[in-house]
Amino acid sequence: MIVLAFLVQTLRIAIPYLFAAAGGVLSERAGIIALTLEGWMLTGAFTAVLGAHYSGSPWVGVLCGVAGGVLAAALHAVACIRYRGDQVVVGIAINLLAVAVTRFFLRLAFDSSSNSPRVVGFEFGTGDGGRGTGVLASLANPLVPLGVLSLVLVWWILYRTPFGLRLRAVGEKPEAAASVGVAVHRIRWIAVLGGGALAALGGTYLALEQHQFTDSMTAGRGFIALAAVIFGKWEPRRVALACLLFAAAETLQIQLQGLQLIPSQFVEMIPYVLTIVAVAGVVGRAAPPAALGKVSE
Amino acid sequence: MSLINEAIPDPAVAPLSRLSSRVGRATAALLPPLTALLIAAVVGDLLILSFGQSPAAVFKLLLEGTWGNAYGFGQVIYKATTLTFTGLAVAIGIRAGLFNIGAEGQLAMGGFCAALVGLLLPVGTPAVVAIPLCLAGAALGGASVASVPGVLKARFGASEVIVTIMLNFITLAFLNWLIATKLNVAESLHTPEINAGAVARLSSVIDAFRGSAANFVLLVALAAAGYVGWYLFRTRAGYDLRAVGLQPEAAEYGGVKVGSVWLRAMLMSGALAGLGGTNYVLGYKQYYEEGFAAGAGFLGIAVALVGRNHPAGVVVAALLFATLSQGGLAVNAVVPKQMVDVLTAVVIIAVATSVPEVQRLLRSTVRGGAK
Repeated sequence: MIVLAFLVQTLRIAIPYLFAAAGGVLSERAGIIALTLEGWMLTGAFTAVLGAHYSGSPWVGVLCGVAGGVLAAALHAVACIRYRGDQVVVGIAINLLAVAVTRFFLRLAFDSSSNSPRVVGFEFGTGDGGRGTGVLASLANPLVPLGVLSLVLVWWILYRTPFGLRLRAVGEKPEAAASVGVAVHRIRWIAVLGGGALAALGGTYLALEQHQFTDSMTAGRGFIALAAVIFGKWEPRRVALACLLFAAAETLQIQLQGLQLIPSQFVEMIPYVLTIVAVAGVVGRAAPPAALGKVSE
Repeated sequence: MSLINEAIPDPAVAPLSRLSSRVGRATAALLPPLTALLIAAVVGDLLILSFGQSPAAVFKLLLEGTWGNAYGFGQVIYKATTLTFTGLAVAIGIRAGLFNIGAEGQLAMGGFCAALVGLLLPVGTPAVVAIPLCLAGAALGGASVASVPGVLKARFGASEVIVTIMLNFITLAFLNWLIATKLNVAESLHTPEINAGAVARLSSVIDAFRGSAANFVLLVALAAAGYVGWYLFRTRAGYDLRAVGLQPEAAEYGGVKVGSVWLRAMLMSGALAGLGGTNYVLGYKQYYEEGFAAGAGFLGIAVALVGRNHPAGVVVAALLFATLSQGGLAVNAVVPKQMVDVLTAVVIIAVATSVPEVQRLLRSTVRGGAK
């Protein structure tokens, strides 16, 4: 039972990472740095709550969440692809923008500087006759299987479709891809918008699980997802394992909190330390896509 | 885009007199930030209108609350002091072709180390001894954090962007742990007050600044800007640094040890960011407090970018962003203060994207005029 509870909690924590990391892989394999995952998630969480609040339906919330993420990603794409802005600078600015814009509209829409009112979520276990109130009930959320499938989907696109082949070519050798007629900019646009949609689903999951939007609620999860992308060497299956590993470490810390074995701050460091070790190449170098962050004319 | 705005001599401009090419260069450097401000002003208008307020009134309020009175101006100076340090930190990195995103963590570590030195010194240590020691502690603290990406970049070619991002989280978590378990005053998230090393406020000399946090660390910031300018443009080492930033392979071929230049640039960058922490710790609160950095490290990127990675530009850009930040508080009663954070982000995006576009435009007009 303890094992089951552990696995379920790990999965719940991992879902936002899986969604965001899937978006990160998609974007970075096409050559666009995904420093913005955090901002896309936060925007998605906010627009999802807006949608769920005004419609009363979690599904409308999901749609609005995706739309918000795509919008934020479109801004990133315009700045980085159309106007060839520096991807790191623009990425950081969009993260700032997401925090500021969501706070601004939180005050405009709900007249609060901390949180939105309660919104509906995907409840199956509670409230309707006690159908499954155990640990598994928390998994009865359509976003859970979607999250698990997100990296599988990205893997399938990258390695099993002609589009994926072109996308990888654009991320490694854009000039070569362009010379054989691949529309480099169009593919990057699709990859960034898709990345925004996926990351926003991660934010949507968080917001609907907590039944509200709270200020800066993604709390660095986008960066943990980015760490998973890098630690997983931009390869969907490894990235998925990295997400689960980071989530398992977090779960372990929560479960062992009472024992005070390791301070929580040190558990927080795990994903970041592992990522630094990976890029330093101590155990098998993590090499990014060759054209990552490079401007393509 | 290239982050480095070296004025590469354009053959078409060469026949023009030295003076007019200088004017052209200044225009080329100033146009992107000015375009960005214009775009930000338009976005700001829309946000204010969405809140049902008058843009003119809000912007007037913003100016009155910052440059319009001595207290507000003192707060602008205080905020600009920290931003000058972090802006210089990012700028010197970019000049060497390195992107230090870790100023946030280095700033926090610098502030912490300044407080640590101030706590270790006995009560009554003369200021002439205590302040330099605290400053050195801050610089060392920041540089020690920056040594990680510096060494990994020089030794293994590891991306400094990734390492510095990750290191921010590690540094802040480590400092939070230290404060939470070892050094805090009960029921708070800050250390005890330092025994020595406090820097006087400007209000001790100019009474009008009373109540504002502006203090004499400002002079350290200006000295640092002067030093960075001298180092970059008047020394051999600075020349090497810029050469590495423009073309590492060519610099290597010319006999420059690229790895050690990168390491040195990263250490200097970290030391500058670390010194920024003294503005809060020595000059304002006299203790280290969790979360005091509050984004000033990230804002350093904007400051460097708008300041075109030039020390003088950095000081001006620091004043600009400090004005926006303080102005947010001034207008908060009318529109949410996050409006200015939106404007800050818009300025960054606009500068980052407008540079190549605007310069291409400018170059073509200069060519047209020279013919």
